[in-house]
Amino acid sequence: MGKIVIIGGGTAGTMIANKLYKTLPVHEWEITIVDPDEKHYYQPGFLFIPFNKKLKDKFVKPKKDYIPKGVNFIVDKVSKLEPARKAVLLKSGQELTYDYLIVATGTKPSVDDTPGLNGPLWQKEAFEFYTYEGAVALAEKLETWKGGRMVMAIVDMPIKCPVAPLEFVFLADAFFTQKGIRDKVEISYVTPLPGAFTKPVATAKLSELLSSKNINIIQDFYIEHVDNEGKKLVSYDEKEVPFDLLVTVPLNKGAEFIQNSGIGDDLNYIPVNKETLQMQQYPEIFVLGDAAAIPTSKAGAVAHFAADVLLENLLDMIEGKEPTAKFDGHANCFIETGFGKAALIDFNYDQEPLAGTFPLPVIGPMSLLKETRLNHWGKLAFEWIYWNILIKGRYLPISNKMSMVGKKISK
Amino acid sequence: MAEKVIAGVTVKVNDEGYMTDPSQWNRDIAVEIAKEYNITLTDKHFAVLEFLRQRVMAGEALTIRRVGSSGIVDIKEFYQLFPGGPLKVSSKIAGIMKPLSCV
Ligand SMILES: Cc1cc2nc3c(=O)[nH]c(=O)nc-3n(C[C@H](O)[C@H](O)[C@H](O)COP(=O)(O)OP(=O)(O)OC[C@H]3O[C@@H](n4cnc5c(N)ncnc54)[C@H](O)[C@@H]3O)c2cc1C
Repeated sequence: MGKIVIIGGGTAGTMIANKLYKTLPVHEWEITIVDPDEKHYYQPGFLFIPFNKKLKDKFVKPKKDYIPKGVNFIVDKVSKLEPARKAVLLKSGQELTYDYLIVATGTKPSVDDTPGLNGPLWQKEAFEFYTYEGAVALAEKLETWKGGRMVMAIVDMPIKCPVAPLEFVFLADAFFTQKGIRDKVEISYVTPLPGAFTKPVATAKLSELLSSKNINIIQDFYIEHVDNEGKKLVSYDEKEVPFDLLVTVPLNKGAEFIQNSGIGDDLNYIPVNKETLQMQQYPEIFVLGDAAAIPTSKAGAVAHFAADVLLENLLDMIEGKEPTAKFDGHANCFIETGFGKAALIDFNYDQEPLAGTFPLPVIGPMSLLKETRLNHWGKLAFEWIYWNILIKGRYLPISNKMSMVGKKISK
Repeated sequence: MAEKVIAGVTVKVNDEGYMTDPSQWNRDIAVEIAKEYNITLTDKHFAVLEFLRQRVMAGEALTIRRVGSSGIVDIKEFYQLFPGGPLKVSSKIAGIMKPLSCV
């Protein structure tokens, strides 16, 4: 009997477990998934919790409801990987061996990596919304906050869902407007990047949106520490941004065991072949989702496109063939812009996001890089798709390869 | 793609003036580009430039944090050597493409 171990049962791990279980003969392959957390979170929902705490319960479901019954689910934390022995060590002391391994341990915010962030102001006037608990704490703060200088600051790139902090300020603008206190709130967007976003066409559009909503952008700001007493951010080149309410995206880092096992980069992401998703030295190890060091967005939609490629390549290897499927870095994500509208971007390793339309089967063409109501409904529909199609590994009629159909090439 | 003569050498550059072929680079070119930023290159500068070039040639993505843990400079010194946007500025002087952090 062959053994496949999946580390991490979040978006990517659950999705690939379902796909493998459906594809491989049950009596020939034993599939095991390990994750210390029994709850599955719909992370895109964390963006909305700060503005409406009531939403929180619908974004959490038991992991076991989404993992196929024939797959072993071990609730434990991986403490070390020994790839030379094909062994996975668990915190409880148990050891698993494998023929093929899929690492899908994602990334999470690390508050302690920025001096002063985890200081006296933390969870009082300084927050984050990349975890469930963080988003709920921020919701409680915003319920009673009377206004002042709100600063949304990104500590460093890469972060998962790189548009989420932009969406956060767009939604905050709408939230304070609807509350009738927008004139009492000054919103600033602080980023280490040289602009609102990384790629030129999208940056231009998103900068326009920020200024139309009266949100200041402070770019090239690389946070050195948070001054709790002076309530300000201080950069490495000694610039300062004062705040009354700080919302951060802390440094994002991969799982600790990646560091202990000596297989990751300085942020605990695992370098893999960006097309086949395999580790160079250990071709039997694949990395799926946010844990991979590949030059595309860390997003659920990306993991979804990559999962099809991984499955094909794993099947090739099982049959003793060279893996041939190639991932092109396809990413697409909705950007919630407030007041019931959203924009959409679609891109890959080589092609930056452009304006135009995105041909979505059934729902029809969605507008790229433009605020529309239909895009907002698309974002809401994504939640249903996530729970019912995406992580269950069901077929979604969107190609895993990016298409240029509908994109406007000349400006 | 445009070409430009820097320190007597014709090199390929993109529309922002970043060299697109790192093999065309030499130390005199670095000195010339650094002048645009009013930087006089020291051995420390060159140590950073060599590090950047090595990492990029090895196919790695560069970040300020990564340079800060290189053992050559810490982040603060990196800012002092290349004021403004240290990674953007040093990459231009090192003759490598502008680092694009991925979306
Ligand atoms: C605020 C916010 C908004 C977002 N919006 C969007 C969006 O609109 N669209 C989109 O596509 N994506 C969005 N994302 C990103 C998306 O949620 C992630 O990219 C996606 O969940 C990545 O899947 P993953 O499986 O790689 O990681 P995760 O889903 O985070 O799963 C990782 C799993 O690994 C487990 N794990 C960690 N360490 C260990 C260990 N040592 N041993 C065993 N298990 C371990 C964890 O418990 C977790 O269950 C958003 C994210 C956030 C935070």
